[in-house]
Order: sequence, then structure tokens, then C-alpha cells
Amino acid sequence: MNFFFEVLIGGLLSGVMYALVAIGFVLIYKASGVFNFAQGAMVFFAALTCVGIIDKFGVSIWLAIPLTIVVMIALGLAIERIVLRPLVNQPEITLFMATIGLAFFIEGLAQLLWGSQVHKLDLPIDDVPIPFLLDNYNIIVSQFDVTAAGICAVLVTALALLFSKTKVGRALRAVADDHQAALAVGIPLQQIWAVVWAVAGLVALVAGLLWGARNGVQFALTFIALKALPVLILGGFTSVPGAIVGGLIIGASEKLAEVYIGPMVGGGIEGWFPYVLALLFLLVRPEGLFGEKIIRRI
Amino acid sequence: MFYREAGQFKTTYESDGQIFPIRQDRIALGGLLLLALAIVPVFASPYMLSAILIPFLIFSLAALGLNILTGYCGQLSLGTAAFMAVGAFASFNFIARLPGIPMLLAFVLGGLCAAMVGIAFGLPSLRIRGFYLAASTLATQFFVVWCLTKIPYLTNYSSSGVITAQKIVIFGYQFDTPASKYVLVLAIVALMALLAKNMIRSNVGRSWMAVRDMDVAAEVIGFRPMRTKLLAFAVSSFYCGVAGALYAYAYLGTVEPEAYNLDLSFRILFMIIIGGVGSVLGSFLGAAFIVLLPVFLNILAHSLSLPTSVASNLELMVFGALIIFFLIVEPHGLARLWQVGKEKLRLWPFPH
Repeated sequence: MNFFFEVLIGGLLSGVMYALVAIGFVLIYKASGVFNFAQGAMVFFAALTCVGIIDKFGVSIWLAIPLTIVVMIALGLAIERIVLRPLVNQPEITLFMATIGLAFFIEGLAQLLWGSQVHKLDLPIDDVPIPFLLDNYNIIVSQFDVTAAGICAVLVTALALLFSKTKVGRALRAVADDHQAALAVGIPLQQIWAVVWAVAGLVALVAGLLWGARNGVQFALTFIALKALPVLILGGFTSVPGAIVGGLIIGASEKLAEVYIGPMVGGGIEGWFPYVLALLFLLVRPEGLFGEKIIRRI
Repeated sequence: MFYREAGQFKTTYESDGQIFPIRQDRIALGGLLLLALAIVPVFASPYMLSAILIPFLIFSLAALGLNILTGYCGQLSLGTAAFMAVGAFASFNFIARLPGIPMLLAFVLGGLCAAMVGIAFGLPSLRIRGFYLAASTLATQFFVVWCLTKIPYLTNYSSSGVITAQKIVIFGYQFDTPASKYVLVLAIVALMALLAKNMIRSNVGRSWMAVRDMDVAAEVIGFRPMRTKLLAFAVSSFYCGVAGALYAYAYLGTVEPEAYNLDLSFRILFMIIIGGVGSVLGSFLGAAFIVLLPVFLNILAHSLSLPTSVASNLELMVFGALIIFFLIVEPHGLARLWQVGKEKLRLWPFPH
């Protein structure tokens, strides 16, 4: 039973990390209707930039993070200006394909700037089991994972407050509802988009740092976007709570499936299990757990 | 001046409804085919044939398959490579397990297997659309490649999980030189492109386009969306499956399941974006572009003596930038540019 709980908790904690990436997607989708395939590339870019600044200029991580934030905001603004503005009013699918192009560009740019070898990232948190749980219940839960989950929780709370309590958040929801109506009541659409992309860049940075500290900063980080997709499908594209719940479900079920079903079929099912799970779920509820139900008329 | 159709009168329905109603087009296409079939195999170098022309034709076929699904029926798919893999591995198994089966029949059967997988994974499209569907086609991609890696039966118990394509023998003739493989691939691709073009002109194609433009409206005026969408998935996967089999047999020779990865799917998606979404010609132009671009960039990088890592990253960036550029500036791709060029030639030298 202990083993089961260990796997479950490990899965839930990695689910939190998926959720963190998925929130980046949700933010942009909510505010601009763009499904940003480049979010994974942004995670990679953010982590690599941070590590690159540390390596190249020998600064401490506390200076590197603000510098990376500046870079990510600049990147967000540039994307809004160069890619999105000319594509206003295009079908959603076109915007989606544009972000695939963007993903390739950012991946190439990141490696061109900082090199393509694996970098090590040391965050001041130790990846050791929590002694209290190990002694009393004999369950191994990494301190790092719990801290990461805590950071995610803080970030999500902050985002939720931003969305519901501030003027920017209100404008954001208005834009998401209807671009034209928002423009008509004087909401500066392009500023709002810029803000959203910058915030998505910040979320990407947090996700990149946490994942990078765990697995090393390398190209594989971009595949996290692929992990976040089933989370999104499950939770609904427009819902921050959906991303979190979806992340937890995907994280837990993926690890449990790998441990308990995997050996029966040869292992390695982590790659597709979340997708199939999400797909089956979609057949029942096509808009996801918390997604908006869209009624189509001619 | 060069492109004047004055004096070409259509006096029958047949002549009015042909694929290329303008005489210059017919002559040009005939000349091109003759050139590709008779002159190129004789004069082109083996490198040119096996490294550029054969992959170009195979990718054109795969892009055509994706274009049927995405361009004509509006169902975005990121699982093209998976369907190619099914086609390749199914053909391999048919040939390995049924001795004496005609090669072409094995390709067709491989394509049919891919079509069945396509229908199975196309089923969600009846309920979901757009990005949700794109994400669910990713499930195909990962699931199929996983199956091919993990189920030894599918690779005929090869110890490394890699299959070696059998020799292509059709009617006792062995296709083993680059030139002969090229001719075979060209024939198959030309035939299937003709089929696709005709399918798109018929009511099948019209029903796809109706569903693409607005599926609810299409249903109201009497197209059955379920049948239409699944047919598009089946036909598209069939094309991709045959392309995958050719990819294994005429191009690579020895294939592992990982050759059909997500990257390949993306490359084929890029081909139709750059070539032209919803255009048969666009599939060919896009494939030519994506096959030639890395070659060109390599030559450029070599002449500037850039290190290979820089060159490969530059390649990624150029790909990405081009996608964005095309989507912004010319969403209908190279095929549209060709059309505009034709219009211009028609009026030349008078612009109005």
C-alpha cells in the first residue's frame, strides 16, 4: 500500500508541474483565442536563457532570474508585434499553425544563442525525501517536488487574483469574450495581448526552472508542451482550475498506469496513455471538464 | 501573350469539364511528365535521384494525403507520420508473411490498413473539432509508434526492432537502381495524384469542402458529416500509408519505427502550409520546397563555413520564420503565387 501511495503522490506532484505548463497555454488561449503551441519552446527558451546568463556572465541565480524575466517580456512583446498583429482576424487554425512555426523558431534561436548541450541548473532546494514522512509513514516524497508544488500554488493563486480582482484581469476577460466588443468599450486590445504574452513568458520561466532543475536544461524540455496537451484537453482549454485538476488527474493516472499496467504490455506507455485517456474523456464531454460549452448556430 | 486561350472553344461538356481546360496547361503538363519519365532517369545522377527526387515524390504523396484531410476536409491532423508508419509496416508484413504476394498489391493492402487505422482514430472527429482534434491526432502518433516498437510481431521478430524492406520485384523485374525506383515512384505518385484531383472535383470532394467550410450547414443541406469526415480520414490515411510504404521501400530501405516520428508529421504539415492548403499542386510545390531548403541551407552553411550545430539551428529558425511569413503574407501558399503568375501571363503585356 505504501508503494501505491508513493506512486500516487509522485504522480500528483508531477501533475502539478504539468499543470504549470498547461496554465501557460490556458492564459494565452483565454485572452486571445490563440492555441499557443510554442509554450513548450518558451519553457525551453526561458530555462536555457537563465542558465546561459549564469554560465556566461558568472552571475548568481538571483540576478539571472530578473534578467530572464526581462528577456521573456521582450520576447512576448516581440511575438505580439511581429506574429500576432498581422494575423488578427484569421481563423484559429491559422494562428495555431503560426505558433508551430514560432515554436521551431524559438527552439532554433535558444540553441543558437546558448548552445545545445545539456546544462545543469542548481536551485537552492534539495531533491531529498522529506524526513518526517519517511520516518513516520515510510513514504518517500521528494522535498523538491513539494516545494515546486508550493511555488505552483502561489503562482496559480496570484494568477487567479489577477484575473478576478484587477482591472487588467477584467479587461482580459472582456477581450476573451469578444474582441470587437472589448475594443468598442475602449479596451486596448494590443496592450492586453502584450500583457498576456509577457505573463505566459513568466509562467514559462517558472516551469522551465523547476523542470530544468529536475532533469537538466535540455532540448527535451520542449516535449513538456506535449505532456501539457492532454491536461488541457481533459481540463478544458479556457479554465485555469481545469488545467490544475487535469494536471493532477493526468499526472497520477499516468504514473499509476505505467507502474501497474505498463509491465503487462511492455512498458513505456507513459507516452500515449494520457492522450488516450483524454481522448476517451472527450467522447463523453467534448468540451473538457471545465470548458465552456459552445453552441453552434448557422 | 504566352498564355492566351483565345480561340480555344469548348463545344462539348467533356471538353468543358476536363482537368486542364487550357491547351497550354495540357501541353506543359504532358511535356513535364515526359521529361520526368524519359529524360530525367537517363541523365540525372544517382545522388540527385535517390536523395532529392525520390523523397520529393514520396513527400508529395504524403502531403497530398494530409492536404485531403486538412486542406479539403478541414480536419487538422498531426499524426501523418503514424499513418505512413502503418502503411510501411503493414506492407512489410504482407510481403514477409504471404510469400509470392504481388508487390503493388502489398502496397495497396498497406494503404488499406492505414486507412482502417485512420478511420479508427478519425472517430473522435465526429464529436470534437479544431485544436481538440489536433491534440487527439497526436495520440495516434504516439500510440502507433509505441505499438510498432513494443509488439515484436509487427517487426517480424527482428531483434533490433528495425525492418529491412524486401527487394522491390514487380512482374519479375527487380527495381534496384535509383533510376528504376524513381520511375516506379513517379508512376505511382502521378496515378494517385490524378485520382485525387478527380476525387476532389467530384461530389466526394465537394462534400469534403462543404464540411470544411461549415459542418453544421453542410449537415443541414444534406451532406452526412460522419460519412464525409470518415471518408476523408480513410482516403487521406490511404495516401499517407502508400507514401509510407514507398518511403520505406524506395527511399530508406531499412526503417525503424522512430523514423516516423512527430518531426516527420510536422514537416509534412509545413509542406502543405507553404505549398498551399487545399491544393493538389500545392502539395508538390511544398514538398519540393521543404526537401530542397535543407539542401540549399547546407550548401550555404558550407560555403560560409559555419559549424554544423549552427547550421541545423539556423535551419529550424528558417523553417519557423518561413511558416509564419507564409501564413501572414500568402496564406494560400506557393500554389496561389503560381496562380497569380498565370493570371499575369494571361494579360501580359497589358496589365489590365
